[in-house]
Amino acid sequence: MSWLTDLDPGEPGENGAFGASPGLDACPGGSCASGSACATDTCLVPAGTDDDDSSVSRRSFLRLLGLGAGAAVVGTGVGLVTYREYAAAATTNGTAKGGMVTGGAAASMADQASPPTHQWAMVIDLRSCNGCKSCTAACQKAHDLTPDQTWIDVFTMTSSTGKEYPFPRPCMQCENPPCLHVCPVHATFRQDQGVVLVNQTRCIGCRMCMAACPYQARYFNWNAGTVYPKTGQQADAEFPVPQRLGTVGKCTFCVGNLNNGLLSECAAGCPMGAIYNADIISDVAVNSMGNTVKLSTFLDDNDAVTFKPSQNTHPRVWYILGHGQDLDADASQDTPGASS
Amino acid sequence: MPDEQVHEAGSPERGPTALPEAREHLRVAAMRPVLETPRWWWPAVIVLGAVVALGVVAWAVQLADGLGVAGYNDQAFWAVYEADLVAFIGVSYGGAVVSAILRLTKATWRAPLTRIAEATALVTLPVGMLFIVPHLGSPQRIWELVWPPYWNLSSPILWDFFAVSTYLLATVIFFYLPLIADLPVAAARLAGRSGLRARCGRLLYRALGSDRELGVSKRRLIEGSIGLVAIMVIPMAVSVHSVLSFAFASSSRPGYLETIFPVYFVVAALYSGIALVVVAVAACRRLFHLETFIHPRHFVRLGFVLVAFGAAYLYLTFTEYLIDGYSGTAGLAAWVRQDLTGRYWIPFWFYFVAAGVVPLMIMAVRRTRTVGGVVTASSLVIGALWVKRLVIVIPPATEPLVRSPLAAGGVLAGNWGTYHFTWVPISITLAATAAIPLLLLVVFRFVPILPIAEMEELESYEEELAEAIEITAASAPLSPGGPPGRPLIPPASACAPVDPPIGPPVRGAPGGVLGFTPGQAGWPSLRSGGMGVADTPTGRQPFGLGGWR
Repeated sequence: MSWLTDLDPGEPGENGAFGASPGLDACPGGSCASGSACATDTCLVPAGTDDDDSSVSRRSFLRLLGLGAGAAVVGTGVGLVTYREYAAAATTNGTAKGGMVTGGAAASMADQASPPTHQWAMVIDLRSCNGCKSCTAACQKAHDLTPDQTWIDVFTMTSSTGKEYPFPRPCMQCENPPCLHVCPVHATFRQDQGVVLVNQTRCIGCRMCMAACPYQARYFNWNAGTVYPKTGQQADAEFPVPQRLGTVGKCTFCVGNLNNGLLSECAAGCPMGAIYNADIISDVAVNSMGNTVKLSTFLDDNDAVTFKPSQNTHPRVWYILGHGQDLDADASQDTPGASS
Repeated sequence: MPDEQVHEAGSPERGPTALPEAREHLRVAAMRPVLETPRWWWPAVIVLGAVVALGVVAWAVQLADGLGVAGYNDQAFWAVYEADLVAFIGVSYGGAVVSAILRLTKATWRAPLTRIAEATALVTLPVGMLFIVPHLGSPQRIWELVWPPYWNLSSPILWDFFAVSTYLLATVIFFYLPLIADLPVAAARLAGRSGLRARCGRLLYRALGSDRELGVSKRRLIEGSIGLVAIMVIPMAVSVHSVLSFAFASSSRPGYLETIFPVYFVVAALYSGIALVVVAVAACRRLFHLETFIHPRHFVRLGFVLVAFGAAYLYLTFTEYLIDGYSGTAGLAAWVRQDLTGRYWIPFWFYFVAAGVVPLMIMAVRRTRTVGGVVTASSLVIGALWVKRLVIVIPPATEPLVRSPLAAGGVLAGNWGTYHFTWVPISITLAATAAIPLLLLVVFRFVPILPIAEMEELESYEEELAEAIEITAASAPLSPGGPPGRPLIPPASACAPVDPPIGPPVRGAPGGVLGFTPGQAGWPSLRSGGMGVADTPTGRQPFGLGGWR
C-alpha cells in the first residue's frame, strides 16, 4: 500500500493549485491531467468493469477496504486517499448490482469499458453560507421547478449554543443510497460517476424512495398544472426537464454541466462561493469565486463532516463547519439507535 | 342440455329422493338470494353503483390533474390511499380467520358463517389491491410490476405485490373448494328457470364443475384439500400484512422504522377482518332471513374473538408508544407527541376509544352482549381502525428529517408537513366501501349463501335443524329479523323433489388427507337460546367452549 504514502496530503495549497478557472477542467477528455491524481488513478483501474470471476473476490476485498474507509468517513476528518478506494468499490458495486438498470436507464449514459474518469462530489462551506437561497432559486430556474420543489433547500438549523445557521441541503448522492434499494422498478439508478439519478420514463410514482430518503431530498410532481412543459426539450435522467407528472424528481448534481466543464447551477449561483463542485478522482474542488482547491486537503484541513453519517449512506456531499455548528449532533438525534 | 347433466350430478345409486324437511329448509334458505329478487335489490345495486361511479370519476380527475388534487404534498407523500390499501386488505382477513383458523380448531359453530366470511374475503381483497392504482403517481406504468426485467427484488413494494397476489390466489381457491360440493344442488335449483341470470348461473356452475360426479373418494379429497389450504392460508395471511408493514418499517423514518410493525399490522388486520365478518353476517342474516341458521350466539362468539384481537392490538399500541416515547430520541419522541397530544390527537384518541375501549366494554357487559352490541362494536372497529391506519401512515411522513431538535419548539421543531383531505380521496374511499356490499350482492346472486354440504355433514345436523325450525316457526312473528306476514320457512311442498342429494355422507370417515373434516361436534344447538334473545346459555357450556372442540 505504498501509494497511500505517495501522495502528501499537505502538499498543494488551498488556493489555485490546479488553476483558477471556475470550470472544472482539471480532467479534460478522460485522461487525468494532474500528476498527483494520476498516481492514484492507476490504483482505480482494477475497480472498473472487467471479467466477472476475478472481480468478485476483488470486489469483496474492496468492500473490506471500504469498510475501513467508511469508518474513516464517519469520523470528522476524511482521509480522502483512503476514501478514493472506497469510492471506486462503491461504484463497482453499484453498477454490478444495477447492471440491468443502467443498461436501459439513460441513453446518455455511456456503457464504457474504461473506468469512469470522474467521481463527482460536493463540498458546502457553511462558514461562507449566508442563507440567501440563491442556490435554490438558480436550481429552480434551471430545472423549471415549482417553488415547493427545492432540490437544494436551505434549512435553518440551531447549534448547541442556540445559534441559528443556514444549512443548504442538496441530494447527498449517497454511495449507499436507500432510495435506490427500495425502488421496485429500478427507476432510480446510480450512474458510473457516482450520481444517483431518476429515470422518469420508468418511475411508477410509488414514493417508496421518498419514505426511504433520510435527507428528505426527493420531490414529487404532484400537479399537472405545475409541470411546465418546455418546448423542444428532450428530458433525460441527467437533465430531467421538464419533469413528468406523477414521478419523483431530485437533485441531479447538474451532472451534464459538470461533464461539460461547468459548475452546477447551485454552485454557480452562490454569491458567497459556499458551494464547491468536486471530483474525487482528480481531487479538486471549485466554487463560483474561482477558488480551486485540492479536495482531500481541503476536507482534511477543515474537518469536513457528512450529514447523518449514522444512516450509513456515505454521502458525497461534505460540510465544513466552523462557527460552532454541531451538525453531527443534530443529525444523529434524528436517528433511532444513533449515538452522538 | 345442462339441466339433464345436472340431474345426473348427484349420486346415481341413490337417485332423487324426497328430502327431509330440515334438509330442504337449509337448501331453500341457502338458495333464496339466488332464486328470489327482493324488492330492495335493484335500488341497492343502483345506489351502491352510483357511489362506485363517483369514485371512478374522482380517480379520472386525479389521473388528469395529478395526485396533488388528493391532498398530497412532498411531506405528506403517503397518506389516505396507503391507509386504504392496508385497511381494505386488512378486512379481508376475516375470511381467513373464520374459515381457516376456526376450521382448524374444529369450532363447528362457524359452519353457517363460512360462506359469507369467505365471500367477504373474496371481494375485499381485490378491492384493497386496487388501491395500488390511485396510490401510484403513474398508474399507466403499473405493468412494470409484472415485467420481470424491471424487477428490483430488494424493494418492499415488489414483495408486497407478490405476497398480496399469492394471497388473492389462495383466497379464490379457498372460496372455490367448499363450493364444489354445493354446485350440484345449486344447479338443480336453478334448473328450469328462464332468464338471462339463470342461464348465466347455469353456465357458471357448469364451468365451475357442477356436472362433475362427486363420489366418496372425491369428497374426501376435497375435504383434505380444504384442510390443506386452510393450513396454507394462515401463514399466507400473516405474511401479507407483515410484508405490507415492511414497506413502512424498512425505511429509516422515525415512526415507520418499527420492529413491532409486522405483528402490529397482522393483528390489526385480523381484528378488522373479524369485525367486517360480523357486519357482513349481520347484514346477510337480516336481508336474506337466515335467522334459523345464524343466531345471537354466533355473534357473541365472534364478538369474543373480536375483543381478543382488540385487546392484543391495544397492547401492541401501548408497547409501541410507550417504548418510542420513553426512549426520548428526538425523531421518535416527536411523532409520539404529535399523536398523543399534538395535531393528531383527535384521530389517535378516537381510535383508542372506538376500537380499543368501547368494544371491550360492550363484550364485558352482559346487557350489551347482544347482536346489536356486537354489530355496533364491529362497525366502530372497522371505522376506527381505518382512522388508526391514517395515524400510522401520515404523522411519520410529515415529520421533518432535516431540522434541529435543539431549536425552539424542541422535538416538534422544524417544518412539519400537513395532509388535507379533499373530495377525491374521500370519493374513492367511499367507492371502495360501496364496492364491497355491491360485489357481495352480486356474488350471492350466484352462490349459495350457506355452505350446504358443510352444514349437512355435521352430525347433529338433522335433529338440530328440525328443532331450529320448530323454534323459529314458533317465534317468527316475534323475531326482529322475520318480516311479519311472510313465513320464514316455506312449506315443504314448495320444494323441488328432483334435488340431488349432496352425496354419500362422509360422516364417520377417518377424515380427509390431513384429517380435517369439518367438524365432528354439532354446530351450536338452539336448545339453549331462542331467537332474538341475548345469549343465555343453559344446559350447554358458556360461549366459547361449547363449540370449540
